[in-house]
Amino acid sequence: MGKVLAVVEQRDGSVRSGAREVMSAAARLAEATGGEADALLIGGPGVAGSADQLREYGAETIRVVEHEALATYAGEDHARVVADEVRAGDWAAVLFSATIQGKDLAPRVAALLDVPLAQDATAIEAEGDRFEVVRPVYAGKAFARVRIDASPVLASLRPNVFPAEERQGAGRVENVSVEVDLAARKSRVVEFEAAGGDIPDVAEAAIVVSGGRGMKDPEHWHHLETLREALGPEAGLGASRAVVDAGWRPHPEQVGQTGKTVAPKLYFAIGISGAIQHLAGMRTAGIIVAVNKDAEAPIFKVADYGVVGDLFEVVPRLAEEIRMLRAEG
Amino acid sequence: MEILVCVKRVPDTETRIRIGDGGRSIDPSGVKYVLSPYDEFAVEAALRTKEGLGEGEVTVTTFGDDASQETLRSALAMGANRAVLLEGAATMDGLTTAKVLATEIEEMDPPLVLLGMKAADADQQQVGPMLATLLGRPCATAVAEFEVADGKVVCRREVEGGTEVLELDLPAVITVTKGAYEPRYASLKGIMAAKRKPLEKKPVDVPESALVVEALEPPPEKAAGRIVGEGPDAVAELVRLLREEARVL
Ligand SMILES: Cc1cc2nc3c(=O)[nH]c(=O)nc-3n(C[C@H](O)[C@H](O)[C@H](O)COP(=O)(O)OP(=O)(O)OC[C@H]3O[C@@H](n4cnc5c(N)ncnc54)[C@H](O)[C@@H]3O)c2cc1C
Ligand SMILES: Nc1ncnc2c1ncn2[C@@H]1O[C@H](COP(=O)(O)O)[C@@H](O)[C@H]1O
Repeated sequence: MGKVLAVVEQRDGSVRSGAREVMSAAARLAEATGGEADALLIGGPGVAGSADQLREYGAETIRVVEHEALATYAGEDHARVVADEVRAGDWAAVLFSATIQGKDLAPRVAALLDVPLAQDATAIEAEGDRFEVVRPVYAGKAFARVRIDASPVLASLRPNVFPAEERQGAGRVENVSVEVDLAARKSRVVEFEAAGGDIPDVAEAAIVVSGGRGMKDPEHWHHLETLREALGPEAGLGASRAVVDAGWRPHPEQVGQTGKTVAPKLYFAIGISGAIQHLAGMRTAGIIVAVNKDAEAPIFKVADYGVVGDLFEVVPRLAEEIRMLRAEG
Repeated sequence: MEILVCVKRVPDTETRIRIGDGGRSIDPSGVKYVLSPYDEFAVEAALRTKEGLGEGEVTVTTFGDDASQETLRSALAMGANRAVLLEGAATMDGLTTAKVLATEIEEMDPPLVLLGMKAADADQQQVGPMLATLLGRPCATAVAEFEVADGKVVCRREVEGGTEVLELDLPAVITVTKGAYEPRYASLKGIMAAKRKPLEKKPVDVPESALVVEALEPPPEKAAGRIVGEGPDAVAELVRLLREEARVL
């Protein structure tokens, strides 16, 4: 069997946190197959500077593509660059992050290489000379075990599911030069508006604080903000569809069947009843905490820990206790 | 302008999923099937684009079995003009689906192709960008809102860290998320009219797939959770459990 390639994401010249997870997963898989784990890093001039982080998560060779026109993600060009690299190499498996960007990139690469793709995998294992991928289907109501009889095997990995483990790799940097024909581009980013400061996106956050209709008014969100701040910089905000539909919160925060699928290590459902379509987006979270005044609310069936009570009394206390705990270190 | 919307028949989101006898697919008995929610957004987006431009036609197509006619009729009832059923068996391999659709689209050559961001069955989220790549057309995924003007389509996408405006040259492929496109309800008149709208059936050659579903399994059992307590007095114990038992704080 062979080597495994991690296609890592960067933004503004830094490797994204999810990239460590993909690199780690590639290293574990390569170990199981007796091969090496390599990385492919595409970005603007200077992006090679973030290669160190990949070495620390097990990268043997780091293929670095630096090009002005690739500093920000450009689907068609990125896909062509990745596909060309993969064709020229001999990787048995190629792993992506199942982020918005990764889920845009991986299918394009698959189409260029004419191989299938398993998106949003929650496990990937070497089985003899094959890889087996597990991926949730029907919004997490079932899991499919899939085998891909093609080479290489392509999979994108669900964020926060694969642990990032430090392990030293050789980290040899190899520069790859590519041509980008800007005039031939059929799509262009004309504007980018950064959202919400440094708060991680709900799909990537390691901890998520979500609010539902029980919050009663958008003005009350400061309670959740305070809790999120107490939990530290890894925490993001989520919402149920009811509050997004009401215009209380923006759609990018929506968790569920018609919103994002999240798998943080810790998920707080505050004033959320736990409708099946909401559960679809968060039931694979590590630990689920629910605060709801209705002891019969279905959210308690999936919650590891529940508190029955008025969220306006419970949440401020919770934020305070967590803030104190973290202050103590 | 001609707009083609690719749609899929999927189990209703409320449906309880049971694994079928073979252990590789779901048991379809008692399952209610619907037009996939994101595809409803795509149909809505197509109708609004047509209405905005004041001209054009919306065609809906699906690659699926005979029962998918019902799904096409739902889209016709919302207001699509005509439908094409590409008769064959779709699998979890989006590449196969993309190939089937690409063959058809090359023939019809619509300037704008819309898909849902993901189908609410296998959740692969891949057919759109695969299709665009096979066709050599530009693609924007997870589009919350778009506008067609001057041979271009300007798309607002919700991406990590913010909102991106991506401009595509036509012909183009777009996958639609909810954003601005709350789907309309089909009126009784629309439902009646849909019965008389053209629905063409075409058997298709399905290329072989290298993606094999070996097993479908229920989600791992989750140990029953527990109610820590009532009201703010339960908070101290909750925090202790999160720290000492769950080790997440
Ligand atoms: C096709 C389809 C797709 C959908 N997609 C999604 C999706 O992606 N995401 C999603 O979330 N939903 C989705 N839904 C909607 C879903 O069915 C529910 O309607 C929605 O999740 C309900 O949101 P909620 O829990 O905030 O509101 P509610 O169901 O109204 O629940 C509010 C909860 O707050 C509690 N509460 C009230 N006051 C207090 C208080 N003071 N203290 C503590 N608790 C309090 C109540 O007991 C109640 O349990 C979808 C529905 C359909 C049909
Ligand atoms: N069998 C199919 N026929 C027509 N369109 C499909 C089919 N499967 C998927 N699609 C389209 O591709 C989108 C994404 O599907 P998926 O990649 O399977 O999540 C769907 O929302 C549909 O618009």
